Formats: sequence, C-alpha cells, structure tokens
Amino acid sequence: MTPDLMEQGARRLEKIAAQSAPQGQTESGGREAGFGRIHTPGEVDLTHGRILYLEDVHVSFDGFKAINGLSLDIAPGELRCIIGPNGAGKTTMMDIITGKTRPDSGTVFFGSTIDLLRHREADIAQMGIGRKFQKPTVFEPLTVFENLELALKTHKGVWPSMVFRLSGTQKDRLAEVLHTIHLADQVNRPAGLLSHGQKQWLEIGMLLMQDPKLLLLDEPVAGMTDDETARTAELFLTLKGKHSLMVVEHDMGFIQTISEKVTVLCDGSVLAEGTLDQVQADERVIEVYLGR
Amino acid sequence: MTANAQSISLPPAPALLSGRGWTGFLVALLLVCAVAPALNLLVPVGNPLHLSDYGVALVGKIMCFAICALAMDLIWGYTGILSLGHGLFFALGGYAMGMYLMRQIGRDGNYQSDLPDFMVFLDWKELPWHWALSDSFMATLALVVLVPGLVALVFGFFAFRSRIKGVYFSIITQAMTFAAMLLFFRNETGFGGNNGFTDFKRILGTPIATQNMRMVLFVLTGLTLLGFFLFGRWLIASKFGRVLQAIRDAETRVMFSGYNPLPYKLTIWVISAVMCGVAGALYVPQVGIINPSEMSVANSIEIAIWAAVGGRATLVGPIAGAFIVNGAKSWLTVTAPEFWLYFLGALFIAVTLFLPDGVVGLVKKLKGVKA
Repeated sequence: MTPDLMEQGARRLEKIAAQSAPQGQTESGGREAGFGRIHTPGEVDLTHGRILYLEDVHVSFDGFKAINGLSLDIAPGELRCIIGPNGAGKTTMMDIITGKTRPDSGTVFFGSTIDLLRHREADIAQMGIGRKFQKPTVFEPLTVFENLELALKTHKGVWPSMVFRLSGTQKDRLAEVLHTIHLADQVNRPAGLLSHGQKQWLEIGMLLMQDPKLLLLDEPVAGMTDDETARTAELFLTLKGKHSLMVVEHDMGFIQTISEKVTVLCDGSVLAEGTLDQVQADERVIEVYLGR
Repeated sequence: MTANAQSISLPPAPALLSGRGWTGFLVALLLVCAVAPALNLLVPVGNPLHLSDYGVALVGKIMCFAICALAMDLIWGYTGILSLGHGLFFALGGYAMGMYLMRQIGRDGNYQSDLPDFMVFLDWKELPWHWALSDSFMATLALVVLVPGLVALVFGFFAFRSRIKGVYFSIITQAMTFAAMLLFFRNETGFGGNNGFTDFKRILGTPIATQNMRMVLFVLTGLTLLGFFLFGRWLIASKFGRVLQAIRDAETRVMFSGYNPLPYKLTIWVISAVMCGVAGALYVPQVGIINPSEMSVANSIEIAIWAAVGGRATLVGPIAGAFIVNGAKSWLTVTAPEFWLYFLGALFIAVTLFLPDGVVGLVKKLKGVKA
C-alpha cells in the first residue's frame, strides 16, 4: 500500500458515506448507491494493485525476436530492478512501455484502465511515465535551470509555452529538485559542460520535474563515481513508495543496495524473479548472466 | 531540503533585448526612418552625403532578403530543420502582390485592355478564377500572409507527421520549390509564364516609380524587418523558443518530457514561411518584377548561406549575413562578374570549415580574446 493508494481509498469511502447519508431522497427511490466508480480518463487506476502490467508481449525486428512472450507487472511504489545479459530486451521493453516501439502482439497497461498501446510518446509522458535513457540525454546548450524548467509538469501546448511564466510554487519545486540532484550551484551552467555523472543526475532531475508515477531508468549509474553511485542509491530509496521505479542496471553492488525484488530477463522473456539472493542462487541465471 | 531551497537564486526570465541590444535597435530604427530618408530626399544630389536612389533600392532589396534570412534562422538555426524551399514562400508572397500590381496597371498596358497584357497576348477573354481578389489591396495583403501560410501548413503537417527529418526534409523542400517553379513557368497556370509580372505602374493609385514611393517602401521594409526581429526575439526568449532548441538537439528527450513536437515544428515552420511571404510582397514593388526564377533551387540555397555566414541561432547574425553576402554580390557582379559564383562557393566552404558560428561567432571570439 502506498500513501497515494491509501489516500484514494479514504476519499472513496468518504464519498460513499456522503452519498448514502440522505436516504430515500434520491430519484432512484432510495436505493443503495453502487460501489462502482466513475473512471476519469487519463487518471491512473491503482485499485487492482498494479501500476504497470505487461502480458505476453512479442516484438521482432526482421525476424529477430527481441521480446518473446514477456509478462511482467509492477506494484505501486515498488522499486524493481531488472538485470539480464546484453540483448535480453531490456531497452526494447522500455521502448514499448513509452510508446517508441509498437509490439507485434500483447497487452501493456498503465494502472488498470490505460492501454499504453493506444498512446504516443508525449501522451504517455504526460500521463506519468518518465524515462531516463541509457546515454544521458539532456539539452546541452540550455542551462541546468532551463533543462529543468522544460521538463516541469505543466501544459505543454504551443501557446501555453509562448506565454509561460514560472509560478512561485513551481520555483520552489525547481529549487527543491536542484537540491535533490546536487546541482544547486550549477544553475546557470550549460548542461553540455557538466560531467557525465552530473548529466545523469540532471536527467533524473528532469524526470522528477515531470512528477511521474512510474520512472523507467536505464542504467542510471553508468559512468558515475562510487560517491555519486552511493548518493543515487540513497535518492532512489527516498523515491520508493512515492513513485514506482523500474531500474535496469548491471552494477550488482548498486542493485544490492537498493533492490527488494529483481527480475532477470533473457532472450526477451522473464527468466527468474525474486530477491537478489534468490536469483543469484538460480542455476539458469548463473548460466546465462552472472557466470560461474 | 526545503529549508535551504529558498537560498538558491534562480535566474530571472530572459529579457527581450539587453540594454545594448535596445540601443542598437533604436539606432537601426532611426537610420531606417529618419537618416536614410533625409540623406536621400533632403540632401542635394551633388553632396557627398547624398544617398543615391540606387543605394535606396539596393538596401531596400537587401532588407527583404534579411527578413528571409531571419525566417531561415528560426526554422534552421533554432529548430534544426534546414529548408531549401523558402524561395517558394518568398515568391508566393511576391506573386500575390504582383497580381495586385498588374491589375493596378489598368488600361495603361501595351494593349490598352482591362486584362493584364500577357492574358491579352494569350488571347484570354476574362480573368481566371484565381485572379478574383486581385483588385483589392486589402485582400492582397491577406493573400500575402495566407497563401504561403497555408501551403506551409499543409506541406509541413504531412512532412512532420511522417517524422521526415534532416537531409530528407531538405530534399523534399527543394523538390517542392522546383515543382512549383515548373508549374509557374507554364502559361496555362495564369501567372505570366516565364516572364512573370513586370512593368508595374502604380500602387494604391499612386505612381510606383517615384523617389517618394521608393522611400515609403524602403521605410516600410525596414520597419517590417525590425518588427520581425523583435517578434523573433520574443519567440526565442519564451519557453516556446527553448522547446524549439530542445527539439533541435534531442527530439526524443522532448517527446519523453511530454511535448508533442509536431505542433511546435508546424508553428515555427508556418511563421517562418509567412515571414518570407511578407518579404516577397515588399520585394516585388521595389524591384518591379517577379518571375518563376525566384523559385529556383539556387535562390533558396542562398537564403541558407546568408544565415550560415551571419551565424545560426543568433537572429542578428542572419540579418548581418544577408547584408554581407548581398553587398559583396552587388559589388562583385559589377567589378568582376565572372568571379561571383566562385566567391559564393568559397565563402560557403570557408564559413563551414572555419566559422561554424558565422560572423557573429567570430566577433564574439575576438571580443573574448580581448577581454
């Protein structure tokens, strides 16, 4: 249970209580209110306890089966680590979730009601799925501040952008994220001049500005110093619970620090799932990935 | 964390122009509206300070080109979309204005007919349908904006929706302007074939070839250029402008940040096309002729060269570039006409190899060295 989810449940109960109070006054002749809920388009429905749900997804590129019957689900607030050898389909899976690649068949749901296969990249991002690329991708000529401002969750149409001004709360939020990613003293520096690790942090900061419900992080600590890696682990642990995270990493030490549940991908489908110790003890995993 | 969050000083929203920028802007405004007219109209011809009619015509023409270069900078310099078809939008605006000017000739043409001369020559009895609005000046002004705008909107929508990018987009724009040129070359299209429109007599009932009218057009062109420059600055200083630059540098990141790039690209593409159309409409009454060669591929490439020479993504640079290249052109084509094309080629290569940021980049570098 996440705070988000508990809050939702509490609100629903409250609403039902209010509805059922004036009995016999309604047009339906005083019948009990049903417990069905009205689905609001665009709102992520977490009542079934799953924020991301993939079932039997297949993708092939020119005959090569990149994803082969992949089924996976993630609970709200969970921090899930994904490991697997190169070519296992980790990045392709993220491409599918974010709308960059269309699967040949299968189901991909965000919450219980949003079919991600019906949306394009920008919609999916606006609905609350943030993604960090394997190679840090920031807008190099723009300053750190401008990078974060662009990512800020707000109306993203043409006209709202033309007349956009930062509000007070948005400024506070920006400053908060700047602190979180340890770039407060680099506000006016062009992002292109940052170190590799700092770019990784900036990209994570841009994700946070979007206020996503689910973060997909592709090798977030690649190229970071040990110190930076430790601070990233710390950050992810604070994000856990408030957000759901899916982290693809090769750095076992990092995974050891943050993981609760690990999924091993191999040849486009799930090979094993469990705690890090469990999967590390799994014969098949040792065979294909960890090595003896 | 939140406690010391307030201690960060976030940069203020970018200003439209810096203090020095405003000074430069006001000087340019003064030059266009007061100094140039005074030197041309008030100072007598023999005086060394006198600005010749030739000079007025030349600078007026170059200012039209500078508008095109500015438009090119918005789409290429800032958004990273290289159009090699902007000559088409320039010509479309020019043709819209040209149709009006042809109708203004009235019965003073060679054939003393209500119809433009070339229609009489082709033995046409009445105006084709697409000339219906050509006798109204207001409608012409609307067409100058709407025709290039709509063509750009339709073309851009399909091109950007199909995610056509980079060199493929450039080639398609080139094909577009080339196809339009072939279309306009045909007499049946009703735009005067390869001769186009010329021999204009008056505009709004006033004779067009007088010194005063030339000056009016000159000042109008200058004001339009300065106005578009300010508009461009406003666009670029807004978050919209930063999204454009972000699209240029990392389009996928922009999409995954929740922006749909299509409306952004389409908006700046249409704005850019309309600016070129307006430039064309100001150009035609000043040079007195418009024909399909304005749509030739070489013309569109030249616009890109002006922007590159001046310095992409600077707004001021492309305006300077248009003046430098066209100034050199009008000087060289008089003194050594056979060398002009070699010079243009060499200039382009030199800029690409040694001055990727153009003249503005060079000036900045020199200043940086001094300081």
